[in-house]
Amino acid sequence: MAKQSSFGNMLVVLTVITVITGALLGYVYNITKEPIALSKKLKQENAVKEVAPDFDNSPIEEAYTVTINGLDLTVFPAEKEGKKAGAAVQSKTSIGFGGEISVMVGFNADGTIRNYRVLSHAETPGLGSKMEEWFRTDKGDQSVLGKNPATDNLTVKKDGGSVDAITAATISSRAFLDAIANAYAAYTNNDATTSATTQTGKEASHE
Amino acid sequence: MITYISIFITAIFVNNIVLAQFLGICPFLGVSKKVSTATGMGAAVAFVMTIATICTYLLQKYLLDAFGIGFMQTIVFILVIAALVQMVEIILKKVSPPLYQALGVFLPLITTNCTILGIAILAIDCANLLEAVVYAISTALGYALAMVLFAGIREQLSTTKVPAAMQGIPIALVVAGLLALAFMGFAGIKIG
Amino acid sequence: MNKFKIILNGIITENPTFVLLLGMCPTLATTSSAMNGMSMGLATMFVLICSNIVISLIKDIVPDKVRIPCYIVVIATFVTILQMCMEAYVPDLYESLGLFIPLIVVNCIVLGRAEAFAAKNNAFDSMLDGVGIGIGFTIALTILGSVRELLGTGKIFNIGIYPEQYGSLIFVLAPGAFIALGYLIAIVNKLKTK
Repeated sequence: MAKQSSFGNMLVVLTVITVITGALLGYVYNITKEPIALSKKLKQENAVKEVAPDFDNSPIEEAYTVTINGLDLTVFPAEKEGKKAGAAVQSKTSIGFGGEISVMVGFNADGTIRNYRVLSHAETPGLGSKMEEWFRTDKGDQSVLGKNPATDNLTVKKDGGSVDAITAATISSRAFLDAIANAYAAYTNNDATTSATTQTGKEASHE
Repeated sequence: MITYISIFITAIFVNNIVLAQFLGICPFLGVSKKVSTATGMGAAVAFVMTIATICTYLLQKYLLDAFGIGFMQTIVFILVIAALVQMVEIILKKVSPPLYQALGVFLPLITTNCTILGIAILAIDCANLLEAVVYAISTALGYALAMVLFAGIREQLSTTKVPAAMQGIPIALVVAGLLALAFMGFAGIKIG
Repeated sequence: MNKFKIILNGIITENPTFVLLLGMCPTLATTSSAMNGMSMGLATMFVLICSNIVISLIKDIVPDKVRIPCYIVVIATFVTILQMCMEAYVPDLYESLGLFIPLIVVNCIVLGRAEAFAAKNNAFDSMLDGVGIGIGFTIALTILGSVRELLGTGKIFNIGIYPEQYGSLIFVLAPGAFIALGYLIAIVNKLKTK
């Protein structure tokens, strides 16, 4: 079978193998680097396109970060023919049942919620798709689409708000709405209403 | 401070490495027939995991990230861990024979224990070295806790009558499932 | 040895999951659905075949004392290649398997076959062994994934079998993984004794 081991041949073999594998990996890394970056960008782009109002600028390149409640949120501003059309906000919350929930929320220029998409979550499996459906279904007080966080009290009814929580998942619903509130706070960050809306977001999360 | 306590509790109970994250199942099933061996294995894992995480964390920050060769992560980490386990074994033998006697038999098993590599990779996301160390130690404690609890149940189980087809691993897996169910009760606990 | 027998050996007689009980971590962790289970099986199979071939080719030049580190480097290389390719071309799958892709390195099946088979046989036989064990592992993971997905959500490969609300979610979660695998192994044991 294998050769006798001596210090010399062990050193040579290990070095040769490491050099070959290092070179091979570097090569594959260079080939896959672009597709990886591309697929990441594409995913973000698709999510932005889906939730934001029609735009003709490039929201990804004009994106900026806002810190709300200690979380870094990314705002993708959407413009149409030089006018502000709204934005998509990549928002998150840390008050979920199993950790962080990340949501992409789209706002119209007047601040009403246009659409949303759950990007990632660590709640009970299956809840992600439920969140995706529940808050856009026009039944009872479930839907948050077309609502404006500044005028509508977007917290679950248990907390005195106006939204029906997902059956048997109040904590996750609360977290989802917290992410929406954070998104709105980030979106309106430059306006005078900032402090007021951040406040509502905070109150909701403390209840 | 609250961050560290939070990491501590989460790693031990909420995200227990064996029962919630499925790492280190092989030794979990293999060396858990007696409480004493389970304790030894738990201690050996805690020891190596802490040292390995410190090494890999520093390597990642100051070598891999600094030179932009993050793609070498898996190779570098596994080699460092393998070398480290050997070194720990040799040093322990020289420096502290009693400790070597207690942990020695378990050390060779640790290289292929996926908890070490898994935690080394997961700990990279920690904000600083101290957080990574706290994370590694608490995860190891969680591992030891799960091992000892499981071994305790299996010691009792060995005197019970079990259907022929269920003997050995199958019944052990069902027991582990029930234990995991109990640990699910910790889900959602948050500090700070 | 009969070539066909080598493959069959990996699928049935030495099935890594149900008979040898190796590689438990990915088996339990990635089988929350049939699709995930099968993908993990295929990923492991790729690494297994490649590393088996390369190791059987280099077995004569590698000095005995450093063979394990050499094997690990070879395995880790293929795992990293796989990792980068998956991230580039199937990002969703890469995300759902997550940490368990790099952890293929420490999957005892891969190193185990390298030591037990590839280090003693020629490249072609080693490849066949990789194919066999790989298929065996993939089948086991797919079965476990299907069982868990069916009991948990009423679907297999996302195709509805019965209404979702009758499913018991526990099978998709951690405890269900242990329990489902326990019963599957018990069934295999029962069949073997007959």
